[in-house]
Amino acid sequence: MKLKLNKTTRKNFATYGVVILAYVLLQVMKGSLSSSLKGMLVPICAYVVMAISLNLTVGILGELSLGHAGFMSVGAFTGVTAAIALQNVIPAAPLRLAVGLAVGAAFAGIAGFLIGIPVLRLNGDYLAIVTLAFGEIIKSIFNNLYVGIDKNGMQFSLLSDKTNLAEGGKLIIEGPMGIGGIQKISTFTAGFILVMITLIIVFNLVNSRAGRAIMAIRDNHIAAESIGLHVTHYKMMAFVTSAALAGAAGTLFAMNYSTIMANKFDFNTSILVLVFVVLGGQGNMLGSIVAAAALTVLPEMLRTFADYRMLVYAIVLILVMLTTNNATLRSWFSRFSLKNREKEAA
Amino acid sequence: MTFLNFLISGISLGSIYAIIALGYTMVYGIAKMLNFAHGDVIMVGAYICFYAVSRFSLPPLAGVVLAMLVCTVLGMLVERLAYKPLRAAPSLAVLITAIGVSYFLQNTALLLWSSNPKVFPSVVGNGKIEMFGGQLTISHVTIVTIAACVIIMLALTWFTGNTRMGKAMRACSEDKGAAQLMGINVNATISMTFAIGSGLAAIAGVLLCSAYPTLVPTTGSMPGIKAFTAAVFGGIGSIPGALLGGLLLGVIEIFAKAYISTQLSDAVVFAVLIVVLLVKPAGLLGKQIHEKV
Repeated sequence: MKLKLNKTTRKNFATYGVVILAYVLLQVMKGSLSSSLKGMLVPICAYVVMAISLNLTVGILGELSLGHAGFMSVGAFTGVTAAIALQNVIPAAPLRLAVGLAVGAAFAGIAGFLIGIPVLRLNGDYLAIVTLAFGEIIKSIFNNLYVGIDKNGMQFSLLSDKTNLAEGGKLIIEGPMGIGGIQKISTFTAGFILVMITLIIVFNLVNSRAGRAIMAIRDNHIAAESIGLHVTHYKMMAFVTSAALAGAAGTLFAMNYSTIMANKFDFNTSILVLVFVVLGGQGNMLGSIVAAAALTVLPEMLRTFADYRMLVYAIVLILVMLTTNNATLRSWFSRFSLKNREKEAA
Repeated sequence: MTFLNFLISGISLGSIYAIIALGYTMVYGIAKMLNFAHGDVIMVGAYICFYAVSRFSLPPLAGVVLAMLVCTVLGMLVERLAYKPLRAAPSLAVLITAIGVSYFLQNTALLLWSSNPKVFPSVVGNGKIEMFGGQLTISHVTIVTIAACVIIMLALTWFTGNTRMGKAMRACSEDKGAAQLMGINVNATISMTFAIGSGLAAIAGVLLCSAYPTLVPTTGSMPGIKAFTAAVFGGIGSIPGALLGGLLLGVIEIFAKAYISTQLSDAVVFAVLIVVLLVKPAGLLGKQIHEKV
């Protein structure tokens, strides 16, 4: 029996396949990987999830977000706090990680909803600047937030440590110092599972009725509205999903380090993820995955250039953008591709 | 009296933001791109002036002029090499290229001038005027900054309103295709816009570092983001809007630092921006363009 699949399904399965293959290959090669590369496996997974989730906002919904790291931050702080608070309740690390991821995703989703209410009323560059503003606000808040836990439950205070913890209490978030003493329970397998879950969620959303509505709004929101689509509703759906996934990525990322600070999730991180999305191709999830993995490893690979590595990174970035987007260069390159030669021959 | 002190330092900071915001807003108005590398041009300008004054002991004014020259050339070069080939490309591709240029400038600065902070000598000295028996102090830097901002604003308003090039700029920002049909050299006009914006960035860099004298390769990024915010705040694409947005942002920032909390001042600034954009979605002086079906 020959299975007939349509183009989208084939493409989606190819994406799942590539991710699974990469996971299996890396597991097999684990012994021969350098320690620095091994340490990057979890961050790569986190950035891949970030890139897919931002691609949902930028590529599928068509709105530029410059504050995606803010959601990552919300996920990181709430997820890790939950994991630390539950340290004695749930002794099994994988289960605790799963709970942390769920809490991080939930809080980031709520943040996405609250931010989405004002943000999604705007459009274009104004929307972009407001997401940037929210990202900075989230950073400022976590830089000044103090959260402790004692027998009376959670204690919160802003600006300075006024938690007044009872005997045996523990300060979890220490303002600008962030969270210290995190148990590193993130694993590559957990990261892989999160990437797969993210892909399943995003593909199912995109290929559903809602996904088609979202893309219709992206292509022409006036036309979409006139055929009776509820624009804000669908925009919010995509935005909140994207925020929640970013939150889970944040938790995964944070649980890979022993300390985490709010300044890690700044404007530059948002931009970094945006670079993954644009380089990989808007709306192309496989592209995002490859770009996120390649660009996270690239600075590591460029170690031979020592001090020049970030400079080389910048030049590579500019050259890639120029070669992929400039009409003259593009036609020049396409002369060398096999497909076109066949076309010319025919 | 402390209120007046804060107000004046707010206006001074706001003037710097306004000068930087002009670069963003002019480039946006004409090339319809967010030039994220603009903040780093500020940093380059400040470094050039720093080396001219402290190493080659040029007079401060010569240092400023040299910085302006270098930045103008740099701005035009960046436009020619990185942005011009992408004129027809999607705006996100141009945005990412601008980010690449920003990384490039920062890392070049890091290699050339190292990450050690430089203490920037104020180009106008450290003198100050005291009034009301010492209750109100205004430093010379503040006066020069505000004066520079006013002069630049007047000059630009005159330039865009009365000269051929200025008129060409306005025509290009209105409709590039129509401007080309009328015989305006669009590429030269865009190049000119980058030149002016970058030259102003050099002045802003020198003034910024005269007021806050620590100079590192990332000096330009935060003021860059703030000035970009200011440009949007006032309505991006509008020159008076950049002035208004910059001044308001500076005053709000200083007041938030003084009366609310130093650590949360950035959050307050951005919160005000969000509220303003919700009430006026195109900024304070921006034109609301209604979409036609």
